[in-house]
Amino acid sequence: MLGGCNICGVYGTPDGSDLLDQVAAAEQALRDASARTVGPGDERAEYFDAVIEADQKIEPRDWMPEKYRSGLIRQIAQHAHSEIIGMQPEANWISRAPSLKRKAILLAKVQDEAGHGLYLYAAAETLGVDRSTLVDLLLEGRQKYSSIFNYPTLSWADMGAIGWLVDGAAIVNQVPLCRCSYGPYARAMIRICKEESFHQRQGFEILHTLARGTEAQKAMAQDAVDRWWYPSLAMFGPPDAHSTHSAQSTAWKIKRFSNDDLRQQFVDMCAQQSGVLGLTLPDPALRWNPERGSYDYTRPDYDELARVIRGDGPCNRQRMANRRQAHEDGAWVREAAAAHAAKKRGRELSHV
Amino acid sequence: MSEGWPLWEVFIRARRGLSHTHAGSLHAPDAELALRNARDLYTRRQEGVSIWVVPATAITASSPDEKDAFFDPAADKVYRHPTFYQVPDGAAHL
Repeated sequence: MLGGCNICGVYGTPDGSDLLDQVAAAEQALRDASARTVGPGDERAEYFDAVIEADQKIEPRDWMPEKYRSGLIRQIAQHAHSEIIGMQPEANWISRAPSLKRKAILLAKVQDEAGHGLYLYAAAETLGVDRSTLVDLLLEGRQKYSSIFNYPTLSWADMGAIGWLVDGAAIVNQVPLCRCSYGPYARAMIRICKEESFHQRQGFEILHTLARGTEAQKAMAQDAVDRWWYPSLAMFGPPDAHSTHSAQSTAWKIKRFSNDDLRQQFVDMCAQQSGVLGLTLPDPALRWNPERGSYDYTRPDYDELARVIRGDGPCNRQRMANRRQAHEDGAWVREAAAAHAAKKRGRELSHV
Repeated sequence: MSEGWPLWEVFIRARRGLSHTHAGSLHAPDAELALRNARDLYTRRQEGVSIWVVPATAITASSPDEKDAFFDPAADKVYRHPTFYQVPDGAAHL
């Protein structure tokens, strides 16, 4: 089911293919690792360490340290919440998409985000937490979602900037997670990354089209890039020196690269792609550093990031209010479906 | 929320001729909706030609902790593999 990417070739962009190659490589590595033998380990903890050491996957019923379990539940759940809340900024433009084609694409993309949320909730559930608990944690604000979705989508060009920058940053973050040591998470990420690639390309295409349109359209595209650039950089989290969960996560092979390494990779990617778009990144300090073989760039405002995470971003309250409302509005559907299923079961039993 | 909606495991046959493979899980009130939800969730890009949904509670799994004792009996029966046998030169089609 993971094989084949039906949309490859439909949206051709100068980049993106190498990310898909990395996903394919991660998938191959997952198969290769399964063929490897794990070192001896009589004690359960020793066996866990040996599995991690051999780059094999931990599976749901394997013994695992309690912190591995709870840390993964937190990470996967927050990732799932982000996908669910992430539907809102784009849903804002479905009814105002400029053409039927763009509308169909945007609908498919938002539906994908819902799907990604569900894959991830299912992966989290394999760790022994149930869905309703996770939903409550989000609705009660006790678990977070990505700060990026607390920024507003002010113009159609924002659909392009979100696809190119936000989904692009998400992919750079997520491709290494395809190699994560927890099997269900790694497998969900492989599926997600393959789908994300369409998201990024459709965004790039929107910006590319606008950048070649009228002056006003080009200005709209540039404005969207200007507003989304730094919040996208902040998606990689606090700088390495202040990252709280990193060391243990790296030792357990949940996390493979540091926040700053991934951020740098993203900057290098975008610097090249913005040239192709004919748009500029809003950073006067952005320049190639031949010694490092990377671009120098201005760091995002980490105080702003902390503020938005704490709840004081431009749209935090609105996003949470919408989610709670949607959840309440759907209550009768959930109840009706459960009642119908119970009635049907009763009828089947009475016919036996 | 999906309280009261049981968990279903989803298996998908990617193409005719291949076996069903575990794809993931989902919540649904009954088998019919589980099947529809599975179609929407796991085959948005034509990833399958057939879907099974199984109530998660109906699956009995072997325990990873017992795996040595459980699978050991097969470990010392190398004679079950054709490579165990010496075939003299010249014996064709064997």
